[in-house]
Amino acid sequence: MSRRPTNRPPAARSLLLLLLACAAFAGATAVAAHAAARPSLPTIERQVMCVTCKIPLNVAQSVQADRERAFIQRLIDEGRSEPAIRRALVAQYGPAVLGLPSASGFDLSAYLVPLAVVLALLGVLLALLPRWRRRARAQAALAAPAPLPAKDSARLDADLARFD
Amino acid sequence: MRRRALPILAALVGAGLIALLVYGVTAQSANRSLDELVARGRHPVAPESSRALPVLGGHGVRPLAALRGKVVVLNFWASWCEPCQVEAPLLERFQARLLRHGGTVLGVTYLDAAPDSESFLRRYKLTYPNLRDNAGTFAHAYGTNQLPESFLIDRSGRIVALSRGEIEAPFLDNALRLAESS
Repeated sequence: MSRRPTNRPPAARSLLLLLLACAAFAGATAVAAHAAARPSLPTIERQVMCVTCKIPLNVAQSVQADRERAFIQRLIDEGRSEPAIRRALVAQYGPAVLGLPSASGFDLSAYLVPLAVVLALLGVLLALLPRWRRRARAQAALAAPAPLPAKDSARLDADLARFD
Repeated sequence: MRRRALPILAALVGAGLIALLVYGVTAQSANRSLDELVARGRHPVAPESSRALPVLGGHGVRPLAALRGKVVVLNFWASWCEPCQVEAPLLERFQARLLRHGGTVLGVTYLDAAPDSESFLRRYKLTYPNLRDNAGTFAHAYGTNQLPESFLIDRSGRIVALSRGEIEAPFLDNALRLAESS
């Protein structure tokens, strides 16, 4: 049985090869992206809290923490994405599981205090900066040498002329 | 005068931050006002009774107020809580007696995943109604931060007794007496 000679022009063959290479690359990228997006238990553990111990789940040691880990593992096994797992955790344990202060009541101070501290520091800086600049200018003026009297200046010029 | 203004301002800000810290620490601690009122013989209205909570193992939502007119033993529990596993069969047996006198046990899960809570119901064959407090806000209104805790609520929706920790026979006897007499 003889092989049928390929009578495709070289340009078409190159194009076909290029398309195949692109398809293979796209497939490999998709697999890699899927592997990278797949969450792991340690990744999620670092992002959420043990709701009863009130510490990050990755350092919590309690029965409730183990239940929470098991729940996360079940969601991972179901193939859920990281945001979907976070949403499911909030649905089961409430927003406290994310460890983020709420934007109301006392928790609001977690957002307002750092902002107030930055503003206060800026205010202090604005108040002190002109004073520091005035002081620096005054010190520079004191450090500058006083001009020589005309007589001494003439003598200095004469001395220097002798060395020329 | 202007030279003193800055240290005074810094001291005030520091004092403010410390006051905020103290307030935060005290605000985070469990609220015991219900305990004090009950101990003084006053019967506070059950807090958050109109808040509708999801029905565990079922559909829809239901508030505590839906049980107004019944004597209710409100029990906070979670599947991960070991004393809750001990008292669950006791509460189930008690439910049968309480039902005969127009009362009921009402379980409310605290920070527990629904699948775990549902498997707890199946494991202990619990038949009394159960609601889910997934965010823990309902439980916090009762000063609950450890489990199990139970509250005895009369037919008018007022708390007449409470038990922080594993439930004991005198508490249940008290509930039964209340259901029989009212």
